[in-house]
Amino acid sequence: MEVRRDVFQAIADPTRRAILVLIASQAMTPNVLAEHFDSSRQAVSKHIQILTECELVKQKQSGREIYYQLNTHKMKEIDKWIEQFREVWESKFNQLDKVLLTMKKQKK
Amino acid sequence: MKNNLLFDFTVDKSTKTVFVNREFDADLSLVWDAFTKQEILDQWWAPKPWVSKTKFMNFEVGGQRFYAMVGPEGQEHWSIQKFTSISPKTNFKMSNAFADKDENPDLPGSDWDLNFSEQNGPDNYRVTKVSITIKNESLARMEKMIEMGFQGGFTMTLNYLEQLLLKQKNH
Repeated sequence: MEVRRDVFQAIADPTRRAILVLIASQAMTPNVLAEHFDSSRQAVSKHIQILTECELVKQKQSGREIYYQLNTHKMKEIDKWIEQFREVWESKFNQLDKVLLTMKKQKK
Repeated sequence: MKNNLLFDFTVDKSTKTVFVNREFDADLSLVWDAFTKQEILDQWWAPKPWVSKTKFMNFEVGGQRFYAMVGPEGQEHWSIQKFTSISPKTNFKMSNAFADKDENPDLPGSDWDLNFSEQNGPDNYRVTKVSITIKNESLARMEKMIEMGFQGGFTMTLNYLEQLLLKQKNH
Protein backbone atom coordinates (compact mmCIF):
# COMPACT_ATOMS: atom_id res chain seq x y z
CA MET A 1 0.00 0.00 0.00
CA GLU A 2 1.29 3.42 -0.89
CA VAL A 3 1.72 5.68 2.08
CA ARG A 4 0.77 9.23 1.38
CA ARG A 5 2.98 11.57 3.36
CA ASP A 6 1.09 14.38 4.93
CA VAL A 7 2.92 17.49 6.13
CA PHE A 8 0.64 17.73 9.11
CA GLN A 9 1.36 14.20 10.20
CA ALA A 10 5.03 14.95 9.68
CA ILE A 11 4.98 17.81 12.14
CA ALA A 12 2.70 16.03 14.61
CA ASP A 13 5.71 14.11 15.93
CA PRO A 14 7.73 15.81 18.72
CA THR A 15 11.12 14.53 17.51
CA ARG A 16 10.47 15.79 14.02
CA ARG A 17 9.42 19.17 15.37
CA ALA A 18 12.64 19.29 17.40
CA ILE A 19 14.63 18.51 14.23
CA LEU A 20 12.90 21.36 12.41
CA VAL A 21 13.64 23.77 15.25
CA LEU A 22 17.32 22.73 15.29
CA ILE A 23 17.94 23.07 11.58
CA ALA A 24 15.96 26.30 11.45
CA SER A 25 18.87 28.03 13.16
CA GLN A 26 21.55 26.44 10.98
CA ALA A 27 22.03 23.64 8.46
CA MET A 28 23.38 20.45 10.05
CA THR A 29 25.05 17.23 9.06
CA PRO A 30 23.29 13.98 10.04
CA ASN A 31 25.97 13.30 12.69
CA VAL A 32 25.69 16.66 14.41
CA LEU A 33 21.93 16.44 14.30
CA ALA A 34 21.87 12.95 15.83
CA GLU A 35 24.02 14.14 18.75
CA HIS A 36 21.08 16.25 19.93
CA PHE A 37 18.91 13.21 20.47
CA ASP A 38 18.99 10.22 22.78
CA SER A 39 17.47 7.99 20.15
CA SER A 40 19.60 5.98 17.75
CA ARG A 41 21.10 7.49 14.62
CA GLN A 42 18.88 5.20 12.63
CA ALA A 43 15.76 6.52 14.32
CA VAL A 44 16.80 10.11 13.70
CA SER A 45 17.61 9.35 10.10
CA LYS A 46 14.16 7.81 9.63
CA HIS A 47 12.59 11.04 10.91
CA ILE A 48 14.73 13.07 8.53
CA GLN A 49 13.67 10.86 5.68
CA ILE A 50 10.01 11.56 6.42
CA LEU A 51 10.66 15.29 6.66
CA THR A 52 12.54 15.16 3.36
CA GLU A 53 9.72 13.30 1.65
CA CYS A 54 7.37 16.02 2.82
CA GLU A 55 9.81 18.60 1.47
CA LEU A 56 10.08 20.25 4.85
CA VAL A 57 13.80 19.48 4.83
CA LYS A 58 16.22 19.93 1.95
CA GLN A 59 19.61 18.29 1.51
CA LYS A 60 22.63 20.23 0.45
CA GLN A 61 25.93 18.69 -0.52
CA SER A 62 28.99 20.54 0.65
CA GLY A 63 32.25 18.77 -0.15
CA ARG A 64 31.91 15.26 1.24
CA GLU A 65 29.27 16.25 3.76
CA ILE A 66 25.52 16.36 3.46
CA TYR A 67 23.76 19.18 5.25
CA TYR A 68 20.11 19.29 6.15
CA GLN A 69 18.36 22.60 6.01
CA LEU A 70 14.86 23.86 6.53
CA ASN A 71 12.68 24.43 3.49
CA THR A 72 11.15 27.69 4.67
CA HIS A 73 8.97 27.89 1.57
CA LYS A 74 7.19 24.70 2.60
CA MET A 75 6.76 25.89 6.17
CA LYS A 76 5.03 28.99 4.83
CA GLU A 77 2.56 26.78 3.01
CA ILE A 78 1.50 25.31 6.33
CA ASP A 79 0.94 28.80 7.68
CA LYS A 80 -1.16 29.65 4.65
CA TRP A 81 -3.34 26.64 5.25
CA ILE A 82 -3.91 27.61 8.85
CA GLU A 83 -4.53 31.18 7.79
CA GLN A 84 -7.67 30.01 5.97
CA PHE A 85 -9.09 28.72 9.20
CA ARG A 86 -8.29 31.98 10.93
CA GLU A 87 -10.17 33.83 8.21
CA VAL A 88 -13.28 31.72 8.78
CA TRP A 89 -13.39 32.84 12.39
CA GLU A 90 -12.59 36.41 11.51
CA SER A 91 -15.46 36.49 9.07
CA LYS A 92 -17.87 34.93 11.58
CA PHE A 93 -16.88 37.36 14.30
CA ASN A 94 -17.27 40.37 12.03
CA GLN A 95 -20.82 39.22 11.41
CA LEU A 96 -21.34 38.82 15.14
CA ASP A 97 -20.12 42.39 15.74
CA LYS A 98 -22.91 43.62 13.47
CA VAL A 99 -25.50 41.42 15.18
CA LEU A 100 -24.43 42.69 18.61
CA LEU A 101 -24.63 46.28 17.43
CA THR A 102 -28.21 45.72 16.25
CA MET A 103 -29.10 44.03 19.55
CA LYS A 104 -27.66 46.95 21.52
CA LYS A 105 -29.72 49.44 19.52
CA GLN A 106 -32.90 47.44 20.03
CA LYS A 107 -32.33 47.38 23.77
CA LYS A 108 -32.10 51.16 24.03
CA MET B 1 -12.25 51.45 18.08
CA LYS B 2 -13.39 48.11 16.78
CA ASN B 3 -9.93 47.47 15.41
CA ASN B 4 -8.46 47.61 18.87
CA LEU B 5 -10.45 44.62 20.02
CA LEU B 6 -8.39 41.54 20.62
CA PHE B 7 -8.48 38.70 18.14
CA ASP B 8 -6.03 35.90 18.26
CA PHE B 9 -6.05 32.51 16.73
CA THR B 10 -3.53 29.76 17.30
CA VAL B 11 -3.33 26.13 16.33
CA ASP B 12 -1.36 23.53 18.21
CA LYS B 13 -0.87 20.89 15.57
CA SER B 14 0.59 18.35 17.95
CA THR B 15 -2.51 18.27 20.17
CA LYS B 16 -4.86 19.09 17.27
CA THR B 17 -6.22 21.96 19.30
CA VAL B 18 -7.40 25.34 18.09
CA PHE B 19 -7.47 28.37 20.39
CA VAL B 20 -9.57 31.39 19.49
CA ASN B 21 -9.79 34.55 21.60
CA ARG B 22 -11.93 37.51 20.70
CA GLU B 23 -13.24 40.59 22.47
CA PHE B 24 -16.62 42.09 21.71
CA ASP B 25 -17.86 45.60 22.25
CA ALA B 26 -21.01 44.51 24.07
CA ASP B 27 -22.27 43.44 27.50
CA LEU B 28 -21.54 39.94 28.68
CA SER B 29 -25.23 39.03 28.67
CA LEU B 30 -25.64 40.06 25.02
CA VAL B 31 -22.61 38.05 23.92
CA TRP B 32 -23.78 35.06 25.95
CA ASP B 33 -27.16 35.23 24.20
CA ALA B 34 -25.45 35.48 20.80
CA PHE B 35 -23.70 32.17 21.45
CA THR B 36 -26.58 30.34 23.12
CA LYS B 37 -29.81 31.36 21.37
CA GLN B 38 -30.60 29.80 18.04
CA GLU B 39 -32.24 32.81 16.42
CA ILE B 40 -29.11 34.90 17.09
CA LEU B 41 -26.65 32.11 16.28
CA ASP B 42 -28.22 31.69 12.87
CA GLN B 43 -27.43 35.31 12.07
CA TRP B 44 -23.68 34.88 12.34
CA TRP B 45 -22.51 31.28 12.87
CA ALA B 46 -21.84 30.50 9.20
CA PRO B 47 -19.20 32.45 7.30
CA LYS B 48 -20.70 34.13 4.23
CA PRO B 49 -21.93 33.15 1.70
CA TRP B 50 -23.03 30.20 3.81
CA VAL B 51 -25.90 30.55 6.27
CA SER B 52 -26.64 28.67 9.46
CA LYS B 53 -30.06 27.08 9.89
CA THR B 54 -30.88 25.59 13.26
CA LYS B 55 -33.54 22.92 13.17
CA PHE B 56 -33.78 22.65 16.94
CA MET B 57 -31.78 23.70 19.95
CA ASN B 58 -32.23 22.82 23.62
CA PHE B 59 -29.63 24.80 25.45
CA GLU B 60 -29.40 22.72 28.62
CA VAL B 61 -26.97 20.08 29.88
CA GLY B 62 -27.64 16.96 27.82
CA GLY B 63 -29.50 19.05 25.25
CA GLN B 64 -28.58 19.42 21.58
CA ARG B 65 -28.46 21.84 18.72
CA PHE B 66 -29.05 20.30 15.32
CA TYR B 67 -28.22 22.68 12.52
CA ALA B 68 -27.07 22.95 8.94
CA MET B 69 -24.63 25.17 7.14
CA VAL B 70 -26.41 25.96 3.91
CA GLY B 71 -24.38 26.95 0.88
CA PRO B 72 -25.21 29.36 -1.92
CA GLU B 73 -26.32 26.46 -4.14
CA GLY B 74 -28.43 24.97 -1.39
CA GLN B 75 -25.86 22.40 -0.23
CA GLU B 76 -26.47 21.37 3.36
CA HIS B 77 -23.85 20.27 5.88
CA TRP B 78 -25.48 19.11 9.11
CA SER B 79 -23.89 19.13 12.54
CA ILE B 80 -24.93 18.13 16.03
CA GLN B 81 -23.76 19.96 19.11
CA LYS B 82 -24.29 18.27 22.46
CA PHE B 83 -24.14 20.50 25.50
CA THR B 84 -22.17 18.76 28.23
CA SER B 85 -21.76 21.53 30.80
CA ILE B 86 -23.27 24.99 31.30
CA SER B 87 -22.35 27.71 33.82
CA PRO B 88 -24.57 30.64 32.79
CA LYS B 89 -22.69 33.68 31.44
CA THR B 90 -19.35 32.08 32.31
CA ASN B 91 -18.73 28.87 30.41
CA PHE B 92 -20.26 26.15 28.37
CA LYS B 93 -18.88 22.98 26.84
CA MET B 94 -20.13 20.95 23.93
CA SER B 95 -19.16 18.09 21.73
CA ASN B 96 -19.56 18.73 18.06
CA ALA B 97 -19.95 16.19 15.27
CA PHE B 98 -20.84 16.37 11.61
CA ALA B 99 -24.02 14.49 10.79
CA ASP B 100 -26.36 13.52 8.02
CA LYS B 101 -29.77 15.10 7.60
CA ASP B 102 -31.32 12.39 9.78
CA GLU B 103 -29.26 13.31 12.83
CA ASN B 104 -26.82 10.41 12.52
CA PRO B 105 -23.48 11.70 13.80
CA ASP B 106 -20.26 11.13 11.87
CA LEU B 107 -17.84 10.44 14.72
CA PRO B 108 -15.24 11.31 15.89
CA GLY B 109 -15.93 14.96 16.42
CA SER B 110 -14.44 17.79 18.42
CA ASP B 111 -14.76 19.05 21.99
CA TRP B 112 -15.45 22.72 22.53
CA ASP B 113 -14.85 24.76 25.66
CA LEU B 114 -16.14 28.36 25.58
CA ASN B 115 -15.32 30.90 28.28
CA PHE B 116 -16.97 34.29 28.67
CA SER B 117 -15.70 37.16 30.83
CA GLU B 118 -15.88 40.92 31.12
CA GLN B 119 -12.59 42.71 30.61
CA ASN B 120 -11.24 46.22 30.52
CA GLY B 121 -10.89 46.90 26.84
CA PRO B 122 -9.13 49.71 25.00
CA ASP B 123 -9.75 53.14 26.62
CA ASN B 124 -10.87 51.33 29.76
CA TYR B 125 -14.45 50.62 28.79
CA ARG B 126 -15.80 47.16 29.42
CA VAL B 127 -15.67 44.55 26.71
CA THR B 128 -16.64 40.89 26.72
CA LYS B 129 -13.93 38.40 26.01
CA VAL B 130 -14.72 34.99 24.58
CA SER B 131 -12.06 32.26 24.68
CA ILE B 132 -12.72 29.12 22.68
CA THR B 133 -10.74 25.89 22.77
CA ILE B 134 -11.53 23.29 20.14
CA LYS B 135 -9.97 19.89 20.50
CA ASN B 136 -10.19 17.73 17.40
CA GLU B 137 -10.01 13.98 17.49
CA SER B 138 -7.96 13.89 14.31
CA LEU B 139 -6.20 16.07 11.80
CA ALA B 140 -8.56 14.81 9.14
CA ARG B 141 -11.42 16.15 11.25
CA MET B 142 -9.71 19.50 11.40
CA GLU B 143 -9.33 19.57 7.64
CA LYS B 144 -13.02 18.82 7.27
CA MET B 145 -13.87 21.63 9.63
CA ILE B 146 -11.93 24.03 7.46
CA GLU B 147 -13.53 22.68 4.33
CA MET B 148 -17.00 23.31 5.78
CA GLY B 149 -16.15 26.89 6.44
CA PHE B 150 -14.71 27.49 3.06
CA GLN B 151 -16.62 25.81 0.32
CA GLY B 152 -17.47 28.40 -2.28
CA GLY B 153 -16.19 31.20 -0.15
CA PHE B 154 -12.55 31.96 -0.18
CA THR B 155 -9.94 31.72 -2.88
CA MET B 156 -7.84 29.03 -1.32
CA THR B 157 -9.72 25.86 -0.66
CA LEU B 158 -8.85 22.35 0.26
CA ASN B 159 -7.97 21.83 -3.38
CA TYR B 160 -4.87 23.73 -2.58
CA LEU B 161 -3.95 21.25 0.10
CA GLU B 162 -4.76 18.38 -2.25
CA GLN B 163 -2.38 19.82 -4.83
CA LEU B 164 0.22 20.21 -2.16
CA LEU B 165 -0.06 16.60 -1.15
CA LEU B 166 -0.21 15.40 -4.73
CA LYS B 167 2.97 17.29 -5.48
CA GLN B 168 4.69 15.50 -2.64
CA LYS B 169 3.42 12.14 -3.78
CA ASN B 170 4.76 12.63 -7.29
CA HIS B 171 8.21 13.55 -6.12
